[in-house]
Amino acid sequence: MKKLLRGGRVVDPANGLDGAFDILIDGGLIARVGRDLPVDGATVVDVPAGLVLCPGLIDMHVHLREPGQEHKETVATGTASAVAGGFTAVACMPNTSPVNDSATVTSLILAKAAAANLARVYPIGAVSKGSKGELLADIGELKAAGCVAITDDGHPTATALLLRRALEYAGMFGMPVVEHCEDPTLKGDGVAHEGFHASRLGLRGIPGACESLGVERGVLLAELTGSAFHVAHMSARGSMRAVRKAKEAGVRVTCEVAPHHFTLTDEALGSPVPYDTNTKMNPPLREAADRDAMLQGIADGTVDVIATDHAPHHYDEKKVEFDRAPFGIVGLETAVPLSFDRLVHSGVIPLRRMIELLSVNPARVLHIPGGTLSEGAPADITVLAPDLPVRIEAAKLRSRSKNTPFDGWQLRGGVAATIVGGRTVFVNEEIFAGAGL
Amino acid sequence: MPVVMDADRIGRTLARIAHEIVERNKGVDDLALVGVRSRGVPLARRLARSIKDITGDDVPTGALDITLYRDDLMRHAVGPQPVVRRTEIPFSIDGRKILLVDDVLYTGRTTRAALDALIDFGRPKAIQLIVLVDRGHRELPIKADYVGKNLPTALDESVQVRLQEIDDRDEVVLEQGGAA
Amino acid sequence: MNVQELDTRPAVTSLRRKDLLGIADLSPEEIALVLDTAVAMKEVGSRPIKKVPALRGKTVVNLFFEPSTRTRTSFEIAEKRLSADTLSVAIGTSSVVKGETLADTALNLEAMSPDMIVLRHFSSGACHLLSRICRSSIVNAGDGTNEHPTQALLDALTIRERKGRLRGLKVGIIGDLLHSRVLRSNIHLLTKMGAEVWVCGPPTLIPAEIARFGVRVTSDVHEAVADADVVMLLRIQLERMEGAYFPSLREYFQVFGMTEARLRLAKPDVMIMHPGPMNRGVEIASEVADGPYSVILDQVANGVAVRMAVLYLLAGGAEHEEAA
Repeated sequence: MKKLLRGGRVVDPANGLDGAFDILIDGGLIARVGRDLPVDGATVVDVPAGLVLCPGLIDMHVHLREPGQEHKETVATGTASAVAGGFTAVACMPNTSPVNDSATVTSLILAKAAAANLARVYPIGAVSKGSKGELLADIGELKAAGCVAITDDGHPTATALLLRRALEYAGMFGMPVVEHCEDPTLKGDGVAHEGFHASRLGLRGIPGACESLGVERGVLLAELTGSAFHVAHMSARGSMRAVRKAKEAGVRVTCEVAPHHFTLTDEALGSPVPYDTNTKMNPPLREAADRDAMLQGIADGTVDVIATDHAPHHYDEKKVEFDRAPFGIVGLETAVPLSFDRLVHSGVIPLRRMIELLSVNPARVLHIPGGTLSEGAPADITVLAPDLPVRIEAAKLRSRSKNTPFDGWQLRGGVAATIVGGRTVFVNEEIFAGAGL
Repeated sequence: MPVVMDADRIGRTLARIAHEIVERNKGVDDLALVGVRSRGVPLARRLARSIKDITGDDVPTGALDITLYRDDLMRHAVGPQPVVRRTEIPFSIDGRKILLVDDVLYTGRTTRAALDALIDFGRPKAIQLIVLVDRGHRELPIKADYVGKNLPTALDESVQVRLQEIDDRDEVVLEQGGAA
Repeated sequence: MNVQELDTRPAVTSLRRKDLLGIADLSPEEIALVLDTAVAMKEVGSRPIKKVPALRGKTVVNLFFEPSTRTRTSFEIAEKRLSADTLSVAIGTSSVVKGETLADTALNLEAMSPDMIVLRHFSSGACHLLSRICRSSIVNAGDGTNEHPTQALLDALTIRERKGRLRGLKVGIIGDLLHSRVLRSNIHLLTKMGAEVWVCGPPTLIPAEIARFGVRVTSDVHEAVADADVVMLLRIQLERMEGAYFPSLREYFQVFGMTEARLRLAKPDVMIMHPGPMNRGVEIASEVADGPYSVILDQVANGVAVRMAVLYLLAGGAEHEEAA
């Protein structure tokens, strides 16, 4: 089946393209990118003015909750949420029930993803069996089954020794270790960023140093082992400083920041809704200086990836006292509007860089196909609408869970359509009927 | 705004009431004066002074705040809450004849509340009601025993009593609009 | 003290709110209103019949997730003096183990249409949660380490009775600042009313950025006590040693304990306040505890009066918004 997407603005940073180009899709792959391509029997779609075609967005930090926590999300609902958010692929975390530390669980996830047939799913396996932090998981088996990285996300790798071994071992398979950086004794039973707002509300604090200590540990071990180390959901300025210095020294470290950490601060704990459990996540929303450090790192290239840490929780689980609520918010359907509105339209970064953060770099870090519109690459394309007014409505999210602090926010920039392997899996009917898409 | 009673008139009226009290009760043996806040209080004090001038005896005097006994509490969804002030009755009311003093008698609800409050303090031998102005329009079967002036009014008028101790002048004024 | 005879109108005459969640939400005028109303309420407790019909027919539920005889009985007495119908529910740990959430417990109660719920809970923000889901007025009787507003109000009443004012007084608060909800409420109230507040404790027990609350911070107890009009001592929980906050109770007493010698640095008519019960030899030396400065019994009587004032002011005259 041949499709010709004609006349849209194509932004493909990996190939240095930014301009009006046609894209010919054939057999699920990108056949050609060029100007005035002949129709030659293809279905023609004239791309409306103002839209941008880019390599499909990839969210490398998503909790799909299946197996075991299907009341929060399933692979089917999670991938539906992903494509509505403009993502053609997601990497899913292993802290399911049971933990993804075996080929069995990995295969289940992949089977569900194939059945849903929406976004591509790349499982990330566990570092240790059961994520208990004692014995290494069968990492080779995980890789063979389809995992692209390992992590004990939810908590840090239990000991420095175990992290060292994981880096060495996974390095053999070319897989990065993704780390939830944290010192458990400094975290204690904290629930919010240690600062003025937590003090004011009587919430136990988690200092920024708690995360940064974990980052420092990781970069030193990455240096020792020569393996690839990826800092998950970074939030503290001390962490940014550590990553910057490590990169200058040539250490193989990469890092990601979630949209809530470059948008919100701990002020959200008290306002507009005091003790809103949709402002509770780990790492927590931090003070303005940390949020600004994240923006700075995004602008100056220290940050490699924007990843949402999409963490669905059932409404009942979040409708409790702040201490008791689980950490996490959903993010797949708010990432693009927040990135456009707070990064591109605010002048922090150009559009090209946003696409690097959301597509080119995640593909590179995980060594997965995608991130480019090169000829022969899978036809994973996101059609963006940079000037679309978007109103976030929690009730209308396609995710099974609606735990977002952004309900009611008016933002500029959204998703027009999402194409995976040449097939249109999501269309925003308001923008164009997607005729023929 | 017509002045219905000037300072002079008020003074003479209170003097007359003081004499009536002494006459009707045949002396002041077991009497006590209790003024209903706010303006009933200075009126009660003045009456006590007059009675002392007449008989040479001290009549115990107290102040009663009836806010917590009002029947219209909690019924207004909006609007300022009446402010609660201290009640001071530094004597036992058991077995006494209590002379309740208020500035204006209107619907009678304030007096009803004052009666309830007093009964919670003890068991008086009798309660008599003294008012400076009776403006009619009773909603409860309440009658004053001593009236300074009977003043027929329309419902859309209001009676304002001003006293030196609170308002820096003595006068009773009839105003259009509002409730008093 | 200063009994108002004249009909002077106070700056505000009602608490225009559905709940009392904390002192943080109150203006200085509202605080003054509560204190003035409490003075009038205190008189009710001195009558032979200690009852007024102001809350007749209203139902108040005392929902206590943390045990507390003192605060609970104080609220109960206050409610009964206002002629309200009261119901006290003490949630044992077994209910929590059964898994019923706070929200569900409260909604079950709502079925009985209580007019007010007085809540004490171990989680900060529990009252804010109930306020969002219940139509009833919520009164915070202590939530986690957030606030204990009626305690601060009764402390303020006690101070105002002795000293005639709050503005310009130096108040030193010493102890476990980090885990104290009484501290936070007192800081809010005293700073709003113009007092000079000093907080003192080991650095390990000082909340982050507390200076931004408008208080002076020190770990030197002499600084905190120097020329103080009021000294408030917060309880040291014996378990805190396990969190490595300080090495031992003995050492805490050496460095921070209120002794005669230290108290002499304060003003001669200094007041000592303590939410009780006291740990002698930890926060306070025995001879000081038994000395003439302490005002604990006044605090108990004022507690009932302040709670009556709060219940009365919340129950009527406020615009009750629909619960979300």
